[in-house]
Amino acid sequence: MSFLDLKNVTKIYPNGTKAVHETSLSVDEGEFMVFVGPSGCGKSTLLRMVAGLEDITEGDINLDGKLINEVDPSERDVAMVFQNYALYPHMNVYNNLAYGLKNRGIDKETIEQKVNDAAKLLQISDYLQRKPSMLSGGQRQRVAMGRAIVRNPKIFLFDEPLSNLDAKLRIQMRLEIKKLQQKVGVTSIFVTHDQVEAMTLADRLAVINNGIIEQLGTPIEIYDNPKSLFVAGFIGSPQMNFLDGNIKNKTLSAEGFEIKDIDSDFEGEVKLGIRPEHLSQSENSLINLKVDLVEQLGSDNLVYGQLKNKKDFCYRCPGNLTIEKGADLSLNIENNKYYIFDKSTGKRVN
Amino acid sequence: MTRFITSSFSHLILLIGILIMVVPVWMIFASSTHTSSMINMNGLQMFLGDSFYENYLRVLLYQGGFFKEITALKMFFNSFIMATGVAILSVVTSLMAAYALVYYRIKYATLLFWIIFITILVPLELRIFPTYSVMAELNLVNSYFGLIVPISASAIATLFFRQFYKTVPDELLESAKLDGANTWRFFVDFLIPLSKTMIVAMLIFMFVFGYNQYLWPLLVTTSEQYWTVVMGLKMMSGSIVHRFAFVMMSMVPPILIIIVLQKYFIKGVFQDK
Ligand SMILES: Nc1ncnc2c1ncn2[C@@H]1O[C@H](COP(=O)(O)OP(=O)(O)OP(=O)(O)O)[C@@H](O)[C@H]1O
Ligand SMILES: [Mg+2]
Repeated sequence: MSFLDLKNVTKIYPNGTKAVHETSLSVDEGEFMVFVGPSGCGKSTLLRMVAGLEDITEGDINLDGKLINEVDPSERDVAMVFQNYALYPHMNVYNNLAYGLKNRGIDKETIEQKVNDAAKLLQISDYLQRKPSMLSGGQRQRVAMGRAIVRNPKIFLFDEPLSNLDAKLRIQMRLEIKKLQQKVGVTSIFVTHDQVEAMTLADRLAVINNGIIEQLGTPIEIYDNPKSLFVAGFIGSPQMNFLDGNIKNKTLSAEGFEIKDIDSDFEGEVKLGIRPEHLSQSENSLINLKVDLVEQLGSDNLVYGQLKNKKDFCYRCPGNLTIEKGADLSLNIENNKYYIFDKSTGKRVN
Repeated sequence: MTRFITSSFSHLILLIGILIMVVPVWMIFASSTHTSSMINMNGLQMFLGDSFYENYLRVLLYQGGFFKEITALKMFFNSFIMATGVAILSVVTSLMAAYALVYYRIKYATLLFWIIFITILVPLELRIFPTYSVMAELNLVNSYFGLIVPISASAIATLFFRQFYKTVPDELLESAKLDGANTWRFFVDFLIPLSKTMIVAMLIFMFVFGYNQYLWPLLVTTSEQYWTVVMGLKMMSGSIVHRFAFVMMSMVPPILIIIVLQKYFIKGVFQDK
């Protein structure tokens, strides 16, 4: 049994919403697990069941070898960082950090020691006497982290802790969280709907959709090898291009071109997925793209345009190529990196 | 120029309003410092006389009532006990009632709350006889307990605290829970400090409410030992200047309590900002 073990966990809210379907998941000690998925897919619900803030309708959760279904949140020894931080507004930063320790009857000197250590680690030592209302967003974020760290819990739970920060700070905090987690080595679950955040933070990633884990794996596994249409569309930025197609006798006919000898025995209606970064310009081309718009990111250019049948399409090329608006590009798929999905079930077939 | 005229006009109205409120009080105060023969001959006075100490001291220490068992000093003491008791007890009960209504998984909590709320429409006077008979059964007539407890359940204070608790974000409770706080600790460590200002406001409000009670103390006390100031106003006999002096003194405690607690009240408001 691993450190955290979810077995057939299901959540049905009192109003009948089935937020989480039979879900099983194992998280190893020290692992950084990320739940990613669109809004309303049940990420928070799953996390809150681990924390004990929501009852488990069915199934079992084991933490550190102990069944915790019925254990009160105050006894679970988990720490959670909320989206709005939920700092205690009437206590100064020191007491925010110390409160959880005080409740466990730890003596004053040890508390002071631990709070000061955590404050130093997070570089908030200068604000210990301030109330949360007198801190900036980033500082509050650090205090919220500090409150989790100082207790040295069995597991950290993060529910979209970075979504209230501006873009630059978000990237900075993302790095710091990752570093911090590696330093203290506490098992962590991080919820986000930002796929870049998910990819960069995770040891392993659970892509959730409609209360079901669609795919579980390392970020690279999931990027390279998406198992379903949903995962393929969700992971990767800009999004994967999808074209309608049809397979007959190992030949795929998509919108305006054909691919022969594909690696699949599937026959029938499919979706063909091609990542913008897996395309290159070449003579004997498959795809003809009429350019509408070029976004220059410096390192890369994102080229948006339309195929012959007016379908939107995106191509990512190195930033040193100059591409004019209105140009006609002939593109080829690099190294046969394309994905085929059964149109009716969304399952990967190649 | 027009702005000057309109603003002077509104100031004029405000000044008239203030005069209408203050002049009668001043006249009573001024008159209470004269001798009664002076008042009887010349009517109410606008200027201070020189019998202040004499009149006020006499009123404070005079053995009043039918049985001559009570002084004004004792009445002030009784009123203070009653008003403080009502203030503290009603704030404590409403804090806890609101806590239970908002945070406990009580079926029909909203319905229960509205039932409590409806009692605002039922004034004390309406239930005064059943309440009296309960007190009589319990042998609590002529006691501070009997004076205080029956009027110490405040639907209004419960309403205020309930509405406030509802604005406290759930994450605070959840966060506190994960930090190992139990139900009681959350109440003491979070809700009470967070509603500090509101508690002070309610204490003032309920103190004045308790102090102003007339009918209930009148019914539940037969012994003059338990007379309160507001009852005393009615019962007071003696010359006109002494009654004026007593009226003036009866205004002091509520004003004092507001002045004293308002300091904390305002402090609380600005600190939270
Ligand atoms: N208390 C509740 N009662 C009923 N339904 C709820 C409750 N909380 C959440 N839900 C529903 O459960 C589903 C999952 O909600 P959840 O909060 O877990 O989504 P999420 O993945 O965290 O979304 P987001 O990214 O927007 O935070 C949603 O359809 C939501 O409407
Ligand atoms: Mg959520």
